Order: sequence, then structure tokens, then C-alpha cells
Amino acid sequence: MNPFSVQTLGSEGDVEKLNLDAQTRYLAGGTNLVDLMKHQIETPVSLVDLSEWEGASEIEKTGNGYRIGAMVTNTELANFAWREPSLSVLSQALLSGATVQLRNRATTGGNLLQRTRCYYFYDTAKPCNKREPGTGCSALTGMNRIHAIFGTSEQCIATHPSDMAVALMALNASVSVKTAMGKNRDIALREFYCTPGETPERENVLEQGDLITSVYIPAGTRGTQHYYKVRDRASYAFALVSVAAALELNEETIHSVSLSFGGVGTIPWYPKKALEILQGNKFSVQLLEKAIDAELADAKTFGSNDFKPGLLRRVFLSVMLSLAQRQKKQPGHEGALYENR
Amino acid sequence: MSAIHINGESYPLPDDPRTTLLDFLHQNLSLFGTKKGCDHGQCGACTVLVDGQRMNACLMLAFQLKGKNITTIEGIGSNTELHPLQQAFIEKDAFQCGYCTSGQICSGVALLNEMAQSDPSIVSAQQDCSTREDIAERMSGNLCRCGAYPNIVDAIEQVIALERQS
Ligand SMILES: Cc1cc2nc3c(=O)[nH]c(=O)nc-3n(C[C@H](O)[C@H](O)[C@H](O)COP(=O)(O)OP(=O)(O)OC[C@H]3O[C@@H](n4cnc5c(N)ncnc54)[C@H](O)[C@@H]3O)c2cc1C
Ligand code: FES
Ligand code: FES
Repeated sequence: MNPFSVQTLGSEGDVEKLNLDAQTRYLAGGTNLVDLMKHQIETPVSLVDLSEWEGASEIEKTGNGYRIGAMVTNTELANFAWREPSLSVLSQALLSGATVQLRNRATTGGNLLQRTRCYYFYDTAKPCNKREPGTGCSALTGMNRIHAIFGTSEQCIATHPSDMAVALMALNASVSVKTAMGKNRDIALREFYCTPGETPERENVLEQGDLITSVYIPAGTRGTQHYYKVRDRASYAFALVSVAAALELNEETIHSVSLSFGGVGTIPWYPKKALEILQGNKFSVQLLEKAIDAELADAKTFGSNDFKPGLLRRVFLSVMLSLAQRQKKQPGHEGALYENR
Repeated sequence: MSAIHINGESYPLPDDPRTTLLDFLHQNLSLFGTKKGCDHGQCGACTVLVDGQRMNACLMLAFQLKGKNITTIEGIGSNTELHPLQQAFIEKDAFQCGYCTSGQICSGVALLNEMAQSDPSIVSAQQDCSTREDIAERMSGNLCRCGAYPNIVDAIEQVIALERQS
């Protein structure tokens, strides 16, 4: 690890007093940043320690939604969301990510900004446009089993690894930011992440020094919810494919549907085309197939990940059919798919 | 002010901010019970308790833990009496080489509290999940190269049963 100096953030108001140059990073739980610093992938000269940040570890339930402080841990958020039927999918996504040890340390802000798990991003001996712009993408023609099928470019096909972000995308969350100049701004999560295009090193719309202060989730009924994660082992592994879904039926008609996919996009994937086909229409297997096929029309595979479109299609159909079954059995049901909830 | 509390003793924080808690335990305090397996959050051998919560010591920079109470394997139980989970590991033969064991035990001690306070796991919500499946999921952050997993689950199950009795 390279040497670095330490600055401390005691409150949001401190942002303007910090030295936030391009070589400075915020340090929250450190479960991603410290790892990347050990690998010399991140080499900041200064860290802003967030561990003493007052007031950023609270979850506030308002009339219209939930405000989650940036320093709320993944465990705290999972446990809270567990008791809120309309946030069930978020709790499931968090609990299926990493391990208890990591979730106890990881924070809401840090989780959103965690970097990809692409093997070549981690291997400093190999070219990687995300790590070192202009060097090339080793995954395009290399091992790309875990890589993306949506939102890829000639420069990068790495997936975004967060489970939490996938659920927050489905729940239409937004991110609140304090800029280095002390201004506040809110960004819809669905507009927060950037696909790689020609600049894979730019992963989101944040500007230098921007501090995530909280995440906001609008309240609302969403029906039956489920997060289904397919991975190489039963636990402690990143998603190959995941589906976050919520469905509310009114008799046979889709009253509301929320969807997002993980493990398949260069960013947590919001399937606009599928949603347009589903919303407000009569529920049927044919409609589901039409929706997922419309989304998959844009998918591009790279050899070792050729299995992903088929896997995503099957997981999507299975999840949606289970949700519909529950809605038909128990009209107006709100919360997790599991039988005993 | 700049102290860190480890197994009830206070120590000054390391001068070099790059020092992880794990390296601090080894290099500054000669507390070698906590093990380094991967040094990247991928194995759980370095699991310790921070204010009672289990965390990976290899990914925490010590300077961030100012004022925190850390418990390592040396602080679980006492010199004269083993913690019930340590005793259960012996009775159930829950290790072979023993390298992962201090992490497993620290993790298991936290798990007992988490289950007692009904914290959810991704399998605990499902209707047909057994306590064994739930323990396995909750312990998935601790790998064991010797494959002592069934016996580790046995040991934890035994202590849960003991606690429920009392
Ligand atoms: C072995 C392993 C397995 C894992 N498995 C999974 C998994 O299955 N699913 C999953 O989703 N995740 C998984 N993770 C990733 C884990 O969820 C992230 O490491 C964690 O959420 C990051 O949070 P943190 O607080 O530790 O962030 P840090 O490491 O502190 O920071 C991450 C990044 O966010 C920036 N940052 C942090 N807070 C702020 C803020 N408030 N404002 C602006 N910038 C900020 C930092 O500068 C840094 O760039 C795994 C991690 C490991 C090590
Ligand atoms: S040594 Fe810390 S998790 Fe492996
Ligand atoms: S007992 Fe050998 S690694 Fe677990």
C-alpha cells in the first residue's frame, strides 16, 4: 500500500474545508477500497475518514419514503428492510451479498460505489481500460464468464457487482450528494451509473469530491417481491445473474411491476423495454416471454458468457410466475414471496 | 484519546495509517491467535469482534477503530474456563489443522447473539429451512480448507441447544 495522509469528516458541513483533489478518496467501511489499495489498483495520496461522521448512520422513515444515511451498514439496512414489507426485495438483495462479517462493515454509500470484480481489473499485469485507460480490454477475448451482456462497449464489458444497487434500482431510489463546493444535489439511481462507452473509467455521474450523504427510497405498495440470485456457490459469491422483482396484480392485469437485473449489465440493469411491455397489460406467460425477449434483443455475448441470456430468461420467467401465483392466491399481498411472510 | 481497546486493554493506535487491524495485532501486540488467510476479505480467518460485531480484521485500517472494543480469540473465554463454543469445538471435533478455527469461533460467538436477537439471514425466512442450513449460511464467511464444516455446524448447534435449555 502506498503512503497516504488522513483527513477526517465530522459532519456534512466539513466537506468544503477538505482538500478534495483527484488523488483523494473517501474511506467508509474500507471493504472495497482497502482491498484495492493493497492491490495497488487504487493509490490515493489522501483518505477522508468517514467513520466519525455524525448523523450519517440513521434511517429515517418519513411520510413519503425512507431516507438511509450513507454510513448505515449493509447489516443495519438489511435488518430494517426486513421488517418493512415494501422493502423486502432490498433486504433479500443485501442478505444474499457477501457475508455477515463484510455486511457489518460495509456501508450504503460504499456499496453503491464498489468497483467491478472483473479478473483483469484486479490483475495489474494485464491491460484494462477501466484501470488504465487506453491499454485495452483483456476480457473481450479472454475469460469472460462473469461479464456483462447489456451496456457493453468495445472498451469494457465488466459487470457492476452490487446486489443492493439492483434492488434499489427496482425500488426507484435516488442518491443525495453534497458537492465539494457544499451544494446539495439529488440524482435518480436509474440515472446515476454510466455505461462504459469510450470512458470505462467513469462509472457514475459523480464529480470529483462529491460526497454521498444519503439514499432515498419512495414509499408505496409494490405487491409481492423477490430477489433471486444465481451464483457459482450457495453463498459468499457475486451474482452470475440476479433478478429483483415486485408484482402487483389486479385480477388478471398487471397493476404495478418493478424490475431490475444484476450480474448481466455493466451497470445495475434497469430493463426499460421489458417494463414497457408488461405495465398495465393482462398477465400471461406469452406476455412475459415477449417482454424478456424484447430486452434480450439488445444482449451481446462474448464466448464464455453465452449462457447468460438463456439463464436470465429462465430466472425471470420463474420469478415472475411465482410472484403472480402468490398474488392470485392472496390478492393485495405485500412483501416477500416466502410462504411464511 | 487515540486508543484502541483490545480484549479489555487499551493500546495507542499505530503511527502508520496503512496498518490493518490484523497486522497491528500481529506486529505491534504479538497477538497471533487471529489468522491471516487471504488478506482480502475472502476467507474469514481474521474474523474478530468489533463492539460485539464480527468483522474481517484484514480489511480494516486500525486508525478507523479509535475507541472501539475489539475481542480476538484470546479474549473469548478465559485462561481457566473455555467459552462454551470453544468447548463444543473440542467435543465435536470441529477442526483438523486448526488454521481457520479462531475465525470460526469468533464468528460463531457473534452468530449466537445474532440468532438470539432474530436477525434475518437469506435462508432463515424460507419456510422449510432447517437450523443447520441457517447456521451454514450464517457461517459462509468462514472457509475451512480441511472441510470440517459438518462438525463446525454440530458444535454451534450444540451451544444453541444448551442456551435454549438454560
Ligand atoms: C470477498 C468479498 C465478497 C463480496 N461479495 C459481495 C456480494 O456478493 N454482493 C455485493 O453486493 N457486494 C459484495 N462485496 C462488496 C461489498 O458489498 C463492498 O465492498 C461494500 O459494500 C463497500 O462498502 P464500504 O463501506 O466498505 O466501501 P469503501 O471500501 O469504504 O468504499 C468504496 C468506494 O466508495 C467510496 N465511498 C464510500 N463512501 C462514500 C460516500 N459516502 N461518498 C462518496 N464516496 C464514498 C470510496 O471512496 C470508495 O471508492 C464483497 C466484498 C468482498 C471483499
Ligand atoms: S485473512 Fe481476512 S478474510 Fe482472509
Ligand atoms: S481446520 Fe484446517 S482450515 Fe479449517
